[in-house]
Amino acid sequence: MQLQMRPDPTFYPSARLAMQAPREKLAYVAMLSADGNGTRDGLAVVDVDPDSKSYGKRIGELVVTETGDELHHFGWNACSAALCPYAPHPHVERRYLLLTGLRSSRIYVVDTKPDPRKPHIVKTIEPDQVKNRSGYSRLHTTHCGPDGIYMSALGSADGTGPGGVLILDHYNFDVLGRWEVDRGPQYLAYDFWWHLGHDVMVTSEWGTPDMIEDGLNPELLLGGKYGHQLHFWDFRKRKHLQTVDFGAENQAVLELRPSHNPTNTYGFVNVVISLKDLSSSIWVWHRDNGKWAATKVIDIPAEPADAEKLPPLLKGFNAVPPLLADIDLSLDDRFLYASCWGTGEMRQYDVSDPFKPKLVGSVHLGGIVRRTPHPAKPDQPLNGGPQMVEISRDGKRIYFTNSLYRSWDDQFYPDGVKSWMVKFDVGAEGGITPDNKFFLEFNDRRAHQVRLEGGDSSSDSYCYP
Amino acid sequence: MPGWALSHGWFWIGIFALGCYHGINPGMGWLFAVALGLQEKSRRTVFQSLPPITLGHLASVFSIVALAAIGRQELSQSTMRYASAVFLVGFGLYRGIRARHPRWVGMRVGFWGLALWAFIMSTGHGAGLMLLPFLLGSCAGANVHHMGMGMGASAQLPFDIWILAVALHTVGYLLTMIVVAYSVYEKFGVRILKAGWFNFDLVWALALVVSGIFLAFRVTGFP
Repeated sequence: MQLQMRPDPTFYPSARLAMQAPREKLAYVAMLSADGNGTRDGLAVVDVDPDSKSYGKRIGELVVTETGDELHHFGWNACSAALCPYAPHPHVERRYLLLTGLRSSRIYVVDTKPDPRKPHIVKTIEPDQVKNRSGYSRLHTTHCGPDGIYMSALGSADGTGPGGVLILDHYNFDVLGRWEVDRGPQYLAYDFWWHLGHDVMVTSEWGTPDMIEDGLNPELLLGGKYGHQLHFWDFRKRKHLQTVDFGAENQAVLELRPSHNPTNTYGFVNVVISLKDLSSSIWVWHRDNGKWAATKVIDIPAEPADAEKLPPLLKGFNAVPPLLADIDLSLDDRFLYASCWGTGEMRQYDVSDPFKPKLVGSVHLGGIVRRTPHPAKPDQPLNGGPQMVEISRDGKRIYFTNSLYRSWDDQFYPDGVKSWMVKFDVGAEGGITPDNKFFLEFNDRRAHQVRLEGGDSSSDSYCYP
Repeated sequence: MPGWALSHGWFWIGIFALGCYHGINPGMGWLFAVALGLQEKSRRTVFQSLPPITLGHLASVFSIVALAAIGRQELSQSTMRYASAVFLVGFGLYRGIRARHPRWVGMRVGFWGLALWAFIMSTGHGAGLMLLPFLLGSCAGANVHHMGMGMGASAQLPFDIWILAVALHTVGYLLTMIVVAYSVYEKFGVRILKAGWFNFDLVWALALVVSGIFLAFRVTGFP
């Protein structure tokens, strides 16, 4: 029963309006247990209110009930997409976080009310239900859609392929089943998002569970076997429309950041590594003569490095790859952030013209070779690098963490990722600066995705420009 | 009949107001029209979207009223009244407890897509059901009988009055949508949704329950 008489105050018809949202005071951070043996993952509550005494500190924690989940990404039960005109349900609350196990395929439904500092589990959807009802496993991205909760899954129930998208009922969280009616040639899965105004879904490619769970497999990588395509879908008919191939040398086509304006038909996606020169790149997908196309607009080169300082996997190359692992787009579609997990650099691009991005900010932190410290503790070298990045709705702050995925963490940072979360301030015309008061270390855990109270720049979709 | 129509102003005002109430609910049509207009950056699209939405709504309301007319033919007056009352209460409770909305719809819809959407939306909300307490309202029926205009001894409103009522309801619905869609598109913007999207569905569910109870107990608002 929905007793709210007005829409949830955190729902905004458009991204433009969402930028006027009040500043967030809490952040939720998915945490992986660092040792991985028998300890459980969790969700941290972090104080991000600068007027608070505990600013930049962990003020709450939820420990899940099972071990081995590999909490990674997570999402809200409802968001601004509830205001979409064709499937309106504006009086549901943004209240539950769906925490998904990337390894276990389990879903924890976490209630953030009545006290948002004390989230608690109200329902657990066991892996069997996910697998039996959808045919999928290894849950990755969660997006609250106009008519349900959508999730991507890396693999089929048996841990091979195809991976795809499944749907949950947003009233009772039942797994409704697989989303695709006609998947065409699509086999690999990773991220998904959409152009709601055009009834188009976009999906990207990483690898099936057996290709990634034991770590990055050099044979598969050099053979160009990881994902290198985008898929475009008819969102209404749930039918595959078109594949856009980046070429097999572009390995791991991951995070999808479509324009937040539903009238637009472009978005950004990152390629983690090029087999040609170990570089990373960012591409824009767009319409071209009635078809979808993609154009490379940003190239981030690998940096020469001493073999001594490189992990075994990279020793033969004498270079450190940027390993661009996440990108995020501000709600005004103006700034794109790029996390170079290998070289330890956070970059900010002005993408007002998506085809002519301008690098307007760069800060180093961590990195395989550099190990750049945070200004708050200038004597302490950091490992890991900028990874999951989240932007506040007003675009004035970014938050990011440094752990990627357990088995990959261990390959690229064999000394063991020591996890941290930081906050940077964003200049009005671009430029990013670390906040010296916000350097949070996680000793026993590894921090992954950050979600901000009330929504952030990758949590909501909008049906109005 | 014209005499009856004139002398029952409240009946017609009620029917018209119900149309306005359906029209003002963002979930029932105007907001879809505005969204399509914003998507196409065209005021024309806003207004072109309203006729199919109205058609779908009309088809839904007419279907329910036609079903009720058949029921009235087949069942005794009291059976019909109680059956409708139970259905109204039950449907209202269902709507209140288990809110639902269409799935697998999208933003790229043509004329028939919009009409079908509006038909599903109106039927799902029980838009036609809301008219039944008015149409089956016994006091109005009794009055008709009084004035010698009823169909025989059945003391019921004649079907052409029902048709007229559906038509007037639809006019109220369309006019309201035109005014609201225009004001939001041209003046207020969708920002208004944040404060203005009142939980019509809950009030609606409550209204169904209440009107069902009223119908069962022969209490109606119009003399």
